[in-house]
Amino acid sequence: MSAPADGSPPDGSPVTGPTEEAAEAPKVGVDEWVARHEERRQAHGGLTGAVIQGWDRVPPAGHLAILFAPFVVFGFVANEGNLYRYGLITLIYALLALGLNVVVGFAGLLDLGYIAFFGVGAYAFGIMASGHSGHHLPAELAVPIAVAFTALVGLLLGLTSWRVSGDYLAIVTLFFLQAFVIFVNNANGGPSDWSYPFVGKVDITGGANGLDQIDPLRFFGYSISTTKGYYFYTLISLAVLMAMLFFVNRSRTGRAWRSLREDPLAAEVMSIPVNRLKLLAFVFGAAIAGYCGTIFGSVQSGAFPGDYDVGLLITIYAIAILGGLGSIGGVVIGALIVNGVPELLRSSENARLLFYGALVVGLFLAMRPWYRPVVVIVGTIAFGFVVHGVAGAVWPRGTAGHIQGGARLAGPLEHWVLLPTHPGRIGGWAYFALIAMALVLTLVRGWWRTLLLIPTLYLAAFVWENELVEQVSGATRLILLGALLVVIMNVRPSGIFGTARVEVV
Amino acid sequence: MRLLELRDVSKAFGGLTVVDHLTMHVDEGEIVSVIGPNGAGKTTVFNLITGIFDVDSGEIVFEGERVSGLPPHKITDRGIARTFQSLRLFLNMTVLENVMAATYGHTKASVVEAMLQLPRSRREEKRIRALAEEKLAFFGQRLVGYRHDQYAYSLSYANRRRLEIARAMATNARLLLLDEPAAGMNPNETHEITELIGELREKAGYSILVIEHDMHVVEGISDRVIALDHGVKIAEGSFDEVATHPLVVEAYLGARAQEEAV
Repeated sequence: MSAPADGSPPDGSPVTGPTEEAAEAPKVGVDEWVARHEERRQAHGGLTGAVIQGWDRVPPAGHLAILFAPFVVFGFVANEGNLYRYGLITLIYALLALGLNVVVGFAGLLDLGYIAFFGVGAYAFGIMASGHSGHHLPAELAVPIAVAFTALVGLLLGLTSWRVSGDYLAIVTLFFLQAFVIFVNNANGGPSDWSYPFVGKVDITGGANGLDQIDPLRFFGYSISTTKGYYFYTLISLAVLMAMLFFVNRSRTGRAWRSLREDPLAAEVMSIPVNRLKLLAFVFGAAIAGYCGTIFGSVQSGAFPGDYDVGLLITIYAIAILGGLGSIGGVVIGALIVNGVPELLRSSENARLLFYGALVVGLFLAMRPWYRPVVVIVGTIAFGFVVHGVAGAVWPRGTAGHIQGGARLAGPLEHWVLLPTHPGRIGGWAYFALIAMALVLTLVRGWWRTLLLIPTLYLAAFVWENELVEQVSGATRLILLGALLVVIMNVRPSGIFGTARVEVV
Repeated sequence: MRLLELRDVSKAFGGLTVVDHLTMHVDEGEIVSVIGPNGAGKTTVFNLITGIFDVDSGEIVFEGERVSGLPPHKITDRGIARTFQSLRLFLNMTVLENVMAATYGHTKASVVEAMLQLPRSRREEKRIRALAEEKLAFFGQRLVGYRHDQYAYSLSYANRRRLEIARAMATNARLLLLDEPAAGMNPNETHEITELIGELREKAGYSILVIEHDMHVVEGISDRVIALDHGVKIAEGSFDEVATHPLVVEAYLGARAQEEAV
């Protein structure tokens, strides 16, 4: 059978391009077409393309080095406080997310009890090595025992995954986390505590006051005593575990985990003992979390019930999802963003920079052609000076205020934004007006939208300087973080490094 | 020689008997087709053989050993692998990984060996990669080259069916159970799959039990055909014998149609 003269394929599928191209180009829907389409879709030109291609050419060990080099430098240059807030906590979060990634990202088991393992590790270490318990095992014994014990608890919790999966597993494991928190809150040998067989009432966890005076990590007589020491200890642990998980992911075990995530029934029928692999994933996740707990316990020199609750669970999930579930490098980037951004935003100087920067970048990303955002920005600046000038004449109080938390931009800003001496309710009303204007913006099109953007942006700056900056260490930085997460997840729905894709059938 | 035997196997879901005292067998090197109207219990038979469901009574014997009652992955290890009527690939894994995943049952390297990249793990990895490439090469140009690193979700429907067969082959099975391998394929692809099933026996030495609705395929490949209706075997024999069997005609077309035909 010969193809019709117009070059359309014999099966009647639509023609993709000009005839001469169709002769060699694959047909729509055929694998090769899908592959090429995918390539085109993912192809980036210019600088971005060069960076992505260069990144792909680097071997995995190089990726690890590139990812960790800034951390090493940071460890040497940062002061104690910054090293703890930005460095150590980020690394601990990344390590936790790495373990969660095994359970949720690889094996696809929705484990909401994960943080309990973090706590089990910290408490187990604390019981073996603290002034509270009176035992002082060296870390080379206490850490492996704590990790093994946590892994055992993980094994027991993992048994539930034989019978329940998906949402049901989530409920069961969440219950486990709650049970853990209640247990550590009460197991202090007090009057309401349980009397154990043979030993009677025992103080195990110190109850709500926590298990204090946990020893520093002391390996073979050498004790880690500085934040810097803990930072590098955690950094090396993270790098080693990432490398190990990278290899596991590429091995038969990793493939088996991922296949059970994709389709447990098909995996089972393809000779994979699904139940055993689920347990293995739980054990792996629990062991990593437990190990992380031993670090966190000795860093804090204490274990407190409030540290191992749902809030942290959500943070770690956010990191894993943001970095891309199933991606090993993603957890580090996720932890950097989720921990670093809100910390940076505590200073109004940084927050202001991020706010105006994000507005400008957002405008250039969202508007085409290039001159539209330029018109908007120039227009907004001019509009601001005009409004400021008029207000200065008719409403002196409106321009008499000062910028919060002096900034490099303070001078020009004070001549641009209206700064009432006592913003009070004006700021609140402006906030509502801003939301209303943003909604109106979505209803208009074309140049109307461009023009309307100018007063909206000016209003946004007004709200920012008069209302939001005041609460920058509280609600505002969380609003900004939330906005950032929404934007990232919109751009990369499967996470920054994620590859998993939901198929549209 | 008997490769697979079902002896008086029954299965009921609640009050509904889906497989009713079924006795059948597949010989070494044979291609057997199972036909029957929708709801006849064909796929349930596959699910019983592969251990997804337990039999209520009777037993299933493979290579002289009882396999009914074993968990599915153990049955696959014994040498029975299947494909699914509604494709069940590991979509977010690459083509090669899909096939390599199925080698789990006959590989040994532990997770610790993989973690530390010990020699056995690396050797084994090399071996199963070659094995997977070999299985994929069975499909000619369809699944080779750059497609190995493509995600399974990007494959066309026909190639997904091929990949499922490749995955089943990678388990080192001796008996393949193919559940409607030609479903949803165009005439060209159907023809191709018919030839492929023949090659699976001639070149690769598999025995095959296949469920199929397309009678051209059934006619083209089967040594023997078994017809099921309401879980009961109503006919067995060569394609011509079964196709003209009055009970089979009745099952497909109804009793009156058969009277009119006579």
